[in-house]
Amino acid sequence: MINEYDISALIVTIRLAIVSTAILVIIGTPLAWWLSQTKIKFKVMIEALIALPLVLPPTVLGFYLLITLGSNGPIGKLLESLGGNSIAFTFSGLVIGSVIYSLPFVVQPLQNSFSSIGRQPLEVASTLGASKLDRFFTVIVPLSRSGFLTASILGFAHTVGEFGVVLMIGGNIPGETGVLSIAIYDHVEAMEYSQAHILSGGLLLLSFLLLICVYVFNRRFSILKSSEK
Amino acid sequence: MIECKIKVTLGSFILDANFKIPGEGITVIYGPSGSGKTTLLRAIAGLEKNQDGFLKVGNSIWQDELNFVETHKRQIGYVFQDAALFEHLNVRGNLDYVIRRSPGLSKDYISSIYNLLDIESLIDRDSKQLSGGEKQRVAIARALLVQPKILLLDEPLSALDLKRKNEILPYFDSLHSQLDIPILYVTHSQDEASRLADHLMLIEDGNIIGNGPINDMLTRFDMPLSHSSNAVSIIDAKVTGRESEFNLMHLEFLGGQFIVPDNGLSIESLVRIRVAARDVSITKKKQIDTSILNIFPAVVEEIVPEGRAQVMVRLKMNEVVLLACLTNKSASILQLENGLSVFVQVKSVAILS
Repeated sequence: MINEYDISALIVTIRLAIVSTAILVIIGTPLAWWLSQTKIKFKVMIEALIALPLVLPPTVLGFYLLITLGSNGPIGKLLESLGGNSIAFTFSGLVIGSVIYSLPFVVQPLQNSFSSIGRQPLEVASTLGASKLDRFFTVIVPLSRSGFLTASILGFAHTVGEFGVVLMIGGNIPGETGVLSIAIYDHVEAMEYSQAHILSGGLLLLSFLLLICVYVFNRRFSILKSSEK
Repeated sequence: MIECKIKVTLGSFILDANFKIPGEGITVIYGPSGSGKTTLLRAIAGLEKNQDGFLKVGNSIWQDELNFVETHKRQIGYVFQDAALFEHLNVRGNLDYVIRRSPGLSKDYISSIYNLLDIESLIDRDSKQLSGGEKQRVAIARALLVQPKILLLDEPLSALDLKRKNEILPYFDSLHSQLDIPILYVTHSQDEASRLADHLMLIEDGNIIGNGPINDMLTRFDMPLSHSSNAVSIIDAKVTGRESEFNLMHLEFLGGQFIVPDNGLSIESLVRIRVAARDVSITKKKQIDTSILNIFPAVVEEIVPEGRAQVMVRLKMNEVVLLACLTNKSASILQLENGLSVFVQVKSVAILS
């Protein structure tokens, strides 16, 4: 029942989710750390900006991305002048869209986790001779394990589930930009309900399992923490 | 020698600390809550952001107009109030955290620190499952592994109950006798101060109001401690003999010899004796038919009124200073005046070490 098109959609989706999650953690960690430490006045503006994808219709975000990344947009033109191609309707374009779209799901858990550590463990580490970067990797990262797990799982799951942004800037090219959520839509359009059922059921189960992981990890860590008191 | 001239601004609170203290022994920083004790310790460690001034510890200048040495380059041992062990590491991990960052650390030094604080029995334990006193021991060992130029202790006993305090106090005595680095010890307990301090620094509302040898600071009339209802004097003495018949021991000091109940200390041990001013009485002639054993000749040095009915008298027993709290009436009957030779009777003493 599952055809080649579905398999390639599955592969693209998982590839997209893995690449986006990796980029999200790499960008999100310093961003969340900065937000957890800074006292600058326009911090709330930046927080609001990062949280925008939570409330904005994905099509709006996709529309603006299409405008900027497309061959007539500023970034598209820049890329073409450098001898490259426009990245709208490519896998790279999808990754950029997903990263922006899922950013709050990664930054917020990390920021909460960093803030809850407080300044003391860092001060202790500095009295013990650890430099700034050393302190981050040997104190903050291990103490934020649950934050990193939550952030990665939410980032991954949210990327798997996106539809609107992908539809606007992806263009549903099989093997390149065709993802599961759009495949489901296509099956429904074509009245192929049984295939839509399999894919939808699979996504439902996957999302549920991932969320269970988030809650189990957070529970385990919060139990660990409360038993220390 | 430690030279400090630091100003720290924390909102509306200003710490203005200008002092010099010896580069050895225990200096207790004593003052009420909110007086800036911890802020001073943090400034010495370089942990306060808004600090200006000059700081020199031994030969190292840690702060002047041009330079600010960052905390991780200062080689300080800092023990936080609640020990602050890393919870993601066990005891060994906490200690290895320093060892990994100190390539020149010798095995002998590490084991001497472990012996000093009896770490071996704790080393494989989870840091979250230690008692408060054990956590403090690990925290002190961890701080000493830094091979610090100065050891900073922020109220290390305040989170412990009396039993745990008594468990850990002997470790401070051995730190005192075995380390040749200066120790700054923050506390608001007069008990801890009089037991541990060689040197006392008084702090109030962000200002250093006095700084000197412990007994001077306890007995000088221009310092607040000599005017409190529990004013005390400290006398350093040595065990010189015992009377096994009566279960007593003799403690010799510059002004004579105390006879006190035997607590098993060996001959030649150094002890610190604390005498409360209200336990000291004065006679003009040496009493013979009295139950009091500890009577010494003394000279009145200064008398100040204390409240409406009492006076505080500072006496010298051959260079050793002692406070006596009397009623106005007794002082007037005895016609006490500066320079008068008298006898002091000490009703009870506390042996501190």
